[in-house]
Amino acid sequence: MNVMNWILLIPLLPLAGCLINGLGRNQLSKRTVGVLGSLTIFISFCLSVAVFFETIKPGFSTKVINYFNFIKFENFLVPFNFQVDQLTAVYLLIITGIGFLIHVYSTGYMKEETNEGFGRYFSFLNLFVFSMLLLVLAGNYVIMYMGWEGVSLCSYLLIGFWFKDHANNDAAKKAFVMNRIGDAGFLLAIFWLYASFGTASYQPLYNSENGILTALTTLNTTDAIGISLLFFLGAAAKSAQIPLYTWLPDAMAGPTPVSALIHAATMVTAGIYLVARSNILYTLAPFTLHIIAIIGLATAIFAAIIALKQNDIKKVLAYSTVSQLGYMFLGLGVGAYSAAVFHVMTHAFFKGLLFLAAGSVIHAMSGEQNIYKMGGLSKKLGITYITFFIACLAIAGVPPFSGFFSKDEILSAAFASNPVYYVLGVAGALLTAFYMFRLLSLTFSGKFRGTHEQEHHLHESPPVMTWPLIILAILAVVGGFIGLPEVFGEHANVLGNFLSPIFSHSEHLLVKNTISHNTEIILMSVTAVLSIIVCLWAFNKYKNPSTDGESRKGLAGIIENKFYIDEIYDAVFVNPYRRVAYFFQNIVDVKVIDGVVNGVGRFVNYSSRQMRLLQSGLVGSYLLLMVIGMVILFIIQFFFK
Amino acid sequence: MLGTYFTFPELLLWIPLITGVITLFLKNESQVKRFAFIASLLTLVVSVISLFFTDVAHHPNYFYYNNVSYLWMPYIGSSFSVGLDGMGFLLTFLTALSYPLIIATTFKREFKNAPAFFGLLLLSQAGIMGVFVATDALVFYFFWELALIPLYFLCSRWGAEKRIQATFKFFVYTFTGSLLMLVGILYVYLHTPQVSANSIHSFSISAFYNTVLSYGDQQWLFWLFFVAFAVKIPIWPFHTWQPFVYEQANYPSVMVLSAIMVKMGVFGMIRWLIPIFPEAVFTFNHLVIILSLIGLFYASFIAFVQSDLKRFVAWSSIAHLGLMAASIFVVNTSALQGVMVEMFNHGINILALWIVVDLIENSTGIKKINELGGLATKSPWLAFFLVIIALGNIALPLTNSFVSEFLMFNGIFVFNKWYAFVAIISIILSAGYMLRMVQLVFFGKESGAVENMKSINCSQFWILGILVAGILILGIYPEPVINLTKESVDSILKMVNR
Repeated sequence: MNVMNWILLIPLLPLAGCLINGLGRNQLSKRTVGVLGSLTIFISFCLSVAVFFETIKPGFSTKVINYFNFIKFENFLVPFNFQVDQLTAVYLLIITGIGFLIHVYSTGYMKEETNEGFGRYFSFLNLFVFSMLLLVLAGNYVIMYMGWEGVSLCSYLLIGFWFKDHANNDAAKKAFVMNRIGDAGFLLAIFWLYASFGTASYQPLYNSENGILTALTTLNTTDAIGISLLFFLGAAAKSAQIPLYTWLPDAMAGPTPVSALIHAATMVTAGIYLVARSNILYTLAPFTLHIIAIIGLATAIFAAIIALKQNDIKKVLAYSTVSQLGYMFLGLGVGAYSAAVFHVMTHAFFKGLLFLAAGSVIHAMSGEQNIYKMGGLSKKLGITYITFFIACLAIAGVPPFSGFFSKDEILSAAFASNPVYYVLGVAGALLTAFYMFRLLSLTFSGKFRGTHEQEHHLHESPPVMTWPLIILAILAVVGGFIGLPEVFGEHANVLGNFLSPIFSHSEHLLVKNTISHNTEIILMSVTAVLSIIVCLWAFNKYKNPSTDGESRKGLAGIIENKFYIDEIYDAVFVNPYRRVAYFFQNIVDVKVIDGVVNGVGRFVNYSSRQMRLLQSGLVGSYLLLMVIGMVILFIIQFFFK
Repeated sequence: MLGTYFTFPELLLWIPLITGVITLFLKNESQVKRFAFIASLLTLVVSVISLFFTDVAHHPNYFYYNNVSYLWMPYIGSSFSVGLDGMGFLLTFLTALSYPLIIATTFKREFKNAPAFFGLLLLSQAGIMGVFVATDALVFYFFWELALIPLYFLCSRWGAEKRIQATFKFFVYTFTGSLLMLVGILYVYLHTPQVSANSIHSFSISAFYNTVLSYGDQQWLFWLFFVAFAVKIPIWPFHTWQPFVYEQANYPSVMVLSAIMVKMGVFGMIRWLIPIFPEAVFTFNHLVIILSLIGLFYASFIAFVQSDLKRFVAWSSIAHLGLMAASIFVVNTSALQGVMVEMFNHGINILALWIVVDLIENSTGIKKINELGGLATKSPWLAFFLVIIALGNIALPLTNSFVSEFLMFNGIFVFNKWYAFVAIISIILSAGYMLRMVQLVFFGKESGAVENMKSINCSQFWILGILVAGILILGIYPEPVINLTKESVDSILKMVNR
């Protein structure tokens, strides 16, 4: 039995789960819904594992499976096809694996919901997994776009899951509309591909015989730059990069497992997938790569600075996600495609874990999210504390946890490209270490600062919630070993070697500076030591905070208010938009256009009233008019002929 | 006779026409409704059967044969000739499908003077069918007016307070347009070559297509036709009647107007305007595209701050039609193919949207967006349907409009990159206004005003269910509609590029 024949089941099973849970949400018990929702993802996961084993077989080559023609006329063809290669396999494992854990976790986290709400939640979550799988399995950009918008939709539905509160709905709407800005770029890029190359399927575009590679070396590079920039617009919106990142922190309004799955582990990394998938295009457009590197780096540092002063546990993690995504784009921008994918994977482990652990904390604190009202939780929430601690070590880049290796691979590639990138990147990494250990310290150590009621109620979460934490913690520890740097041996970078067929064309084309192993070891040690120092400093500094964490003055106040970016966007875009709309509605439509229309009506009315006077019935005046008319006709006849 | 070329167009015409006249003389209200419903179902059955005989759609030349069913006025070269090509099949099917659903929504409602109401409704269907099947300019004009006149009466006699004023505006706009078109038709007629021994000129469509008009003539004739169609669509700035009429008129008429009648304008442009005046089209296309894009943005802006639910739907519809109008004048395969598919998609999407709005206003008595809220808790199924309909309206992938908008945008991109860069911004705006409406009406806490809102009943469930199923199925598998219409697109392009 060849698993490739069953590949359609991988997305279809979650879709079936979505339909059953959605339509039967009033009939099915919560237990059934939970089991069904998780089981479908689990089977997809098993199939994904089988696919993965297929792809590591020697002699495996990229597989394209055509199902039907989605759109076809004349020479315009959009096939509905899937493409399976190494990149897809990695993403499949991340999506279904972490997706499964988060589904299991959700059965505990969402227990308090009504039957209807529980069914709706799992239906949406399954639909999300379906869309995400469609996104990575797609064999051309149009089908990928389906998944791309599908995940936007699910994100919208899940952020606004508690739809009675308009704050949630606003956040949901903001996420969708900002993503649509990127979608517009994505669509234009597709049209441009069709206009220039007549296709949007990966196989004909990126093969080495007659694809974009051969076409573009003979053509000019405007096409490559235009298309790649437009795709990057899409990626920047989906992966929350400057200037389109503001939706992601707001998206924390959704249930916490949703933040873990969608807004940390999977959906927001779709932008990285898009760029990695199109790596040949990007390699042909070095200009775009520079832009990506700069925007990625700027986002990484900017978001890390904001995270320093956030007091909401989920907001800190949200800005941290934005910042980490910035690192991934930095990696892409300097041509370290597989390092970026590596960081996607490790980030999925530790950031998924951080969110789930945060969910466990919020659960224990009866919904409280302000870290200045927590403290000392390590005693009551043992498992949560340990796993959270591991995740913090991983994200802070302490060796040998997973985040260290992936971040290091990106940073050393950045050093090779431009040492300034490296220095700034390390600065951002130290900021990361600082805010994470501030968060850890404020939440788990010191004395409890909440109400008595909350203290009384403190409890560790049930096993369905702690087991996913434990599994993710293990992955966060060991996940880095599949991507060891070359220093440790010729074939140490297992993931890099596995993904190399995807990026081989780019590798040939990219002009890369290499750095010696000695330099690399020095760089690694420097970052590691600095990170550890910062971690200890931050942890001690915030053990027993004297303030309530609110600072209203100076730079700290500005940072706490996120540099007022939301307010600026409102003032520059949203409010003028509304004003122009009212102007159109009340002035242009009513006064100008209708004014003209009614004016014409009045003119006809008026002139016919005047004309009526001509028909006076007096023969004399008729004769007079006749004579005048004849005279005029004669004049015209004589003088103008 | 079944399956021959004339049977279907004739049946599609005569069934609503005859039943409409009969309905006028019925007495009992429920009897009237049942009769009208069955009549419209009968039309639908005929239309569905006709779809199995669409082979002719794949022989586009067949359409231009001399397919006269009977002589009408041979002495002036006009004959009562009708026929269907792919576009015709699609639009007559849309018409046939919409009417039973529209009539079904009225079952629980009371109408003053029901026989007249439903009689006029069916007569308007006959008129619309006639427009879509006519292959003779005079027949086309005749049905164009026949479709409008019943609607003038429907809108002016049943509706809200200012309905007379609104209908008058509608009348002035459309009638001016129609008269200009009549002048245009007559002028072109006088230049047609002789095709039969009975008369020097001919009104038949093939004669019109073969007329050689000087470039100078084309330039002004273009506008005579254009205004008539632009008012119907409506293209900015000919639109101000539409929100007003949609706000004031009764729901069934509004559904007919927005789901089907606006397609008459689009259809008219594709069938009559572009092939007859190709040179003028290529002169004025940039101007028209810019007007259409202005309309697209103008309407998207206004929809965003609209407080009246009915006006909101009107503006969102104007926005969509702006895109369609721009795509028509791009005149390339992708854009026209997109317009074809979108004509059907827009029809069922907007019909579904109206049905939801109708339900809300009827249960709560409110159509102010700000006064509603929390309907999702009151009526989860309605919310479920509305979300899918809204997504269809903003062209999310896997809903029907995605395919059509994708093709239209692609066509615009092929024509001119920069127009596409501007036009694509509309997908952001449409998401903004649609989701705002969904949020304010359906989400949030229940406002006190929506207490009377009940869960939807069985028949409403089926009406919306059918439309929503259509939205999803055509979103996943659009090929049937594309296959049906692609020959029409080819033949139009052949005529334009001859």
